[in-house]
Amino acid sequence: MELTKKNKGKVIVKPPISSIGIPGWIRENLFSSPFNTVLTIIIVSILWFSILPFLNWALIDSSWLPDANCRESDGACWSIISSNYKIILFGFYPQDILWRPITAIFLLVSLLFISRNRNYWNAFLGYSWIISLVIMGILLKGGILGLEAVDIERWGGIILTLLLSVFGLTAAYPLGVILALGRQSKMPVIKTFCVFYIELIRGVPLISLLFMSSVVFPLFLPEGVSINAILRAQIAIIMFTAAYVAEVVRGGLQGMNKGQFEAADSLGLNYFQTMRLIILPQALKIVIPPSVSVLISAFKDTSLVVIIGLYDLLKTTQTTLSEPKWMGFSAEAYIFIAIIYFVCCFFMSNYSRKLEKELDTGL
Amino acid sequence: MRLLKVLAVCLTVLAMSTFAMAGTLEDVRAKGWIQAGVNGSLFGFGKADEKGVWKGLDVDSARAVSVAVFGSPDKLKFTPLTAKTRFTALQSGEIDVLFRNCTQTLSRDTALGLDFCQVNYYDGQGFLIPKKLGVKSAKELDGATVCVLPGTTTEMNVADYFRANGMKMNPVVIEDTAELAKAFFAGRCDCLTSDASQLAGTRAVAPNPGDYMILPEIISKEPLAPAVRHGDNQWKDIVNYSVLALINAEELGITSKNVDEMLKSNDPKIKRFLGVTKGIGKAIGLDENFAYNIIKMVGNYGEIFERNVGINTQLGIERGLNALWTDGGLMYSPPFK
Repeated sequence: MELTKKNKGKVIVKPPISSIGIPGWIRENLFSSPFNTVLTIIIVSILWFSILPFLNWALIDSSWLPDANCRESDGACWSIISSNYKIILFGFYPQDILWRPITAIFLLVSLLFISRNRNYWNAFLGYSWIISLVIMGILLKGGILGLEAVDIERWGGIILTLLLSVFGLTAAYPLGVILALGRQSKMPVIKTFCVFYIELIRGVPLISLLFMSSVVFPLFLPEGVSINAILRAQIAIIMFTAAYVAEVVRGGLQGMNKGQFEAADSLGLNYFQTMRLIILPQALKIVIPPSVSVLISAFKDTSLVVIIGLYDLLKTTQTTLSEPKWMGFSAEAYIFIAIIYFVCCFFMSNYSRKLEKELDTGL
Repeated sequence: MRLLKVLAVCLTVLAMSTFAMAGTLEDVRAKGWIQAGVNGSLFGFGKADEKGVWKGLDVDSARAVSVAVFGSPDKLKFTPLTAKTRFTALQSGEIDVLFRNCTQTLSRDTALGLDFCQVNYYDGQGFLIPKKLGVKSAKELDGATVCVLPGTTTEMNVADYFRANGMKMNPVVIEDTAELAKAFFAGRCDCLTSDASQLAGTRAVAPNPGDYMILPEIISKEPLAPAVRHGDNQWKDIVNYSVLALINAEELGITSKNVDEMLKSNDPKIKRFLGVTKGIGKAIGLDENFAYNIIKMVGNYGEIFERNVGINTQLGIERGLNALWTDGGLMYSPPFK
């Protein structure tokens, strides 16, 4: 051991080289006992034999360029993505004007990023959201300002997935809060209606609601009147998600201390003021984690529209896979869309954690 | 009062749109396009390519109808439909015509309130097996594991066939066509059953197509035909004779390439068909040269077949039952006169 004399005669003993830095960390954490040593060796070898072949398949033996002859190589065929990304990401949107959906999505993503920071939450951001939504609608739909009109039926791929989820989630959340308040209400009609609605919707799977909207509902409309299939699916998703949000919010409302209500009463606030100023801000804060789980699962549930023949991200991928040329490369295609879904879901859960931390008042 | 007004407007709109449904033809002409229900993910029949352009035998047949009504093959909007949603979409008026490889059956024709038009593809269910299984006939498949798609008539047909022949089978049911093929090539089952048109396509994408064969037995009849709503006779006639025009042109030897020369033909059958001699257009309520336009812009049945599913495509299907009656097939058109 090396002793050094420094700083007015104090003796500083350096730790042995084997217990600091990387070797030290490895020894401390991976090989601290015979049992841990065995575990480490087993896990490393499992990783070695699974990750390496995967990397080899995914990165080294793989083909990336469009129209590569994939059947001749053993590796991953990312060509399925590079040849078909337009149809996978944008469905039947006319391919010569793809800059329009790309700009719209870019706008949406940048607004979402700006809105992450609560310091920017002000009236200006609110107006920019409204204006941007209008611009996005114009960009996608066209028909004015010399932009070619594009039918909603042709919106597909990620446009449809984002449309269904962004509008689905933003509409379902307030609706869910209203339903939760209605369920707590003392007025019998409203209360019964809300309980009935929530239990009915929660009692059936989303698939059956989607089938109702796509197969049964059109038969009740008079002949010749048809409501767009995307709109019908959108309404089904909103109704479904709202019921789940309502139950989560109810949990938050019931968790509120009775004293909060009494304090509001003693200040002379009426019902709406009580809810808006005192109860809801606290209740919604406690239920951030469960409501984000509901919203994340609702986002992923939008892929169920596949079964009613809407061309969301999953369906456009499946369509590509049904072409003989690309049949059998499903792993690559599904990995690609899994990454897209993961990025979106990760963003949501990450944001909810951040929000939770910022709003934490220690109560 | 305002609510009443809104209600009144809504009801008027509803009433007017109900009125507008009187005839699909007028309806289609008024809106300027035909809404066609198609498969959406069936290569060779109805599917968009990577540029988003719709292609397939069913799609081209629908284009023939568009040409007949509007004189242009592009006055079409496609609604991709699943096996479950296709009939409702037609019944509810969401689409005007259904070109989605639908098998014509009695109960669909009657109980579902549909009308089927001329068959545009005669299909039938068969078996694809690996050659190393050493089986020469479907009768030898006793005890086999069978890969099959769920929810279609396919599943029922194969069960019926095995029962009728006193054989046992173990079905392996997989939802997606591509996944089904993958399972079969991986050896999950002894044979794959589907419509013969599908089997050809599946065999074509096998790792070694030469290792697989389609058994000679065809165990079901699947006449795939376009459908319209029951009771709209004029519209049914138009769809029917648009498809028949494709077949008739092939019988008469008219193709998209020689159709202009054929205008000068002295054959009265050809003259009537191409509208040189007037008559058929007025009878059906379309332009006199509707058949000429169809052949000029879409081609005859043989051309459509070869372009989408024929021997030089990835599906590589031979004409078989879909050859003209003169070549031993079933395609036969009544005279256009």
